[in-house]
Amino acid sequence: MRSKAMIREMRGAYAFVERNINLIKRYWGWEVVWLIYSLTNALAITYIGNGMSAITGQVIDTQAVVKYLLVGALIWQYLSVIFYAISEMIAWERWEGTIEYTFMAPVSRPTHLVGTTLFAIGYGVVRTLVILVIVSAFFQLDLSNANILGAVLMLLAGSVSFVGLGIWAAVLPLLYPERGAQMTNAVAAILLLISGVYYPIETLPQWLHPIARMSPATYVIEGMRSCLLDGLGTRALLPTIGVLIGIGLIVIAIGLAIFGRVEMYAKRAGRLKRSG
Amino acid sequence: MSALALEVERVRKTFTRKERVPRPNGKRGLFKQLKKEQVVALKDIDLQVPKGEAFGVLGPNGSGKSTLIRLASTLLLPDSGSLRIFGHDVEHDATAVKRLINRVSVDAAFFKKFSPIENLMYAARLYGMPASEAKPKMRAIMSRLGLKESTFTQPMEHMSRGMQQKVAVARGFLTSPILLLLDEPTTGLDPHSKRDVQAFIREIREQHNATVLLTTHDMEEADRLCDRIAIIDDGHIVALDTPKELKALIPTTNGDKPTMEDVFIALTGRTFEDAEAEKEEVAGA
Repeated sequence: MRSKAMIREMRGAYAFVERNINLIKRYWGWEVVWLIYSLTNALAITYIGNGMSAITGQVIDTQAVVKYLLVGALIWQYLSVIFYAISEMIAWERWEGTIEYTFMAPVSRPTHLVGTTLFAIGYGVVRTLVILVIVSAFFQLDLSNANILGAVLMLLAGSVSFVGLGIWAAVLPLLYPERGAQMTNAVAAILLLISGVYYPIETLPQWLHPIARMSPATYVIEGMRSCLLDGLGTRALLPTIGVLIGIGLIVIAIGLAIFGRVEMYAKRAGRLKRSG
Repeated sequence: MSALALEVERVRKTFTRKERVPRPNGKRGLFKQLKKEQVVALKDIDLQVPKGEAFGVLGPNGSGKSTLIRLASTLLLPDSGSLRIFGHDVEHDATAVKRLINRVSVDAAFFKKFSPIENLMYAARLYGMPASEAKPKMRAIMSRLGLKESTFTQPMEHMSRGMQQKVAVARGFLTSPILLLLDEPTTGLDPHSKRDVQAFIREIREQHNATVLLTTHDMEEADRLCDRIAIIDDGHIVALDTPKELKALIPTTNGDKPTMEDVFIALTGRTFEDAEAEKEEVAGA
């Protein structure tokens, strides 16, 4: 009986994976545009490092700056894909008008989330690898000293937190049918500002430091730089990975609780109806 | 399992509508001023639908029909009162309810760039159906509804409204629900498509002994498909009986048999058009 229920939930989770793959196939033109945007963005930011000596008129280790910026750009690229894929789990249904049918189906919200997360991680990894390969052709990247295993572990641990943040953001399209999806951009922008993606968080005003330390992205990016640029050993990364998983589980638990309450509110107020 | 497919006890549902209010002296401000207004969609409704019955809810637009269907679909929660589907409370036992029901609504909502097969496969997986069972079943239902094989893999956005609605009907029946919630399933269809869908509903009822809750403002459809009909107006049930008994409320005039519309006029003193116009006036006031 329990295994039957488990199989049913797995099918439910796979529904979201397959649906999202179908969306990529059907909107492939948009995928190409989005990929070009992400790629040029990563290149533009990384070229700032290349031009540092010319900008300041001083001798600067541009290789170090390029690598610093490139790691930030790639990791942010991956994390934001996870964040948007999760936060759009409601937005897509709003755009297409199918939200009532999905919410009426006997599939639990955690199952909904598992399916969306599986897709998001797979999609994020593939996309980031494509960008990495193309960007590598523009810059000399020496990763011979890198701890790849540690980087992968760090990235997976960071994904947990971003799944949680994505759930928080997914609440917005549920609450605000017309503008909720756009509001998630503000959440992503704040994370980008405070998490030390392109600069050390110490360069931020003092009052922002404690807030930066609350962002899981800060730990992921610091950890990734330590792995990829300094070759920090996996054992030394374990405390950071532990912190990230801890933050991630707390963020997911709170996110699911908030989502559950907002879903009940939406059903009470009749907010599922409008397609937005 | 309860012998009653649907039990509605003193259900009340109110919506809050926000309206923009003009500022005094026609002044313009940075923020718009909003006035909240309470709109009562259902006013302490009581209803019981036994298993296997086709129950119609007949009323003009804005009378509360769709609100009732949405409440039974777990998409809305009542302000007070309770709804039970085969003994399961829609608010507290929603997952059990969801396994027993499916719904076809007037708006055929789909991923428009997906094909019917892709859309129906998504629905089937959400209900835990294996692909090996879902694929032949969805093809059989769509063929039965008169859709050509060649359309099964075409994007939905290229299909006519009637064809899309047939795919919506197929989605509703695919999971073999024992309570089917049909919210104006034939509205906007051409007469031929309407007949196809109505014949399919009758066929499914005969074959699977499914219970049907059908909302419509098509008097003829309610008469043709339903064992009993509740006439709803402004959130109240004003009459509930078999089509024959309802029509018996009205005397035959000049040898013409009364229609359901005659019944509605006799009970409310208004035509459907009058009732809808009044509702629009209230909304616009």
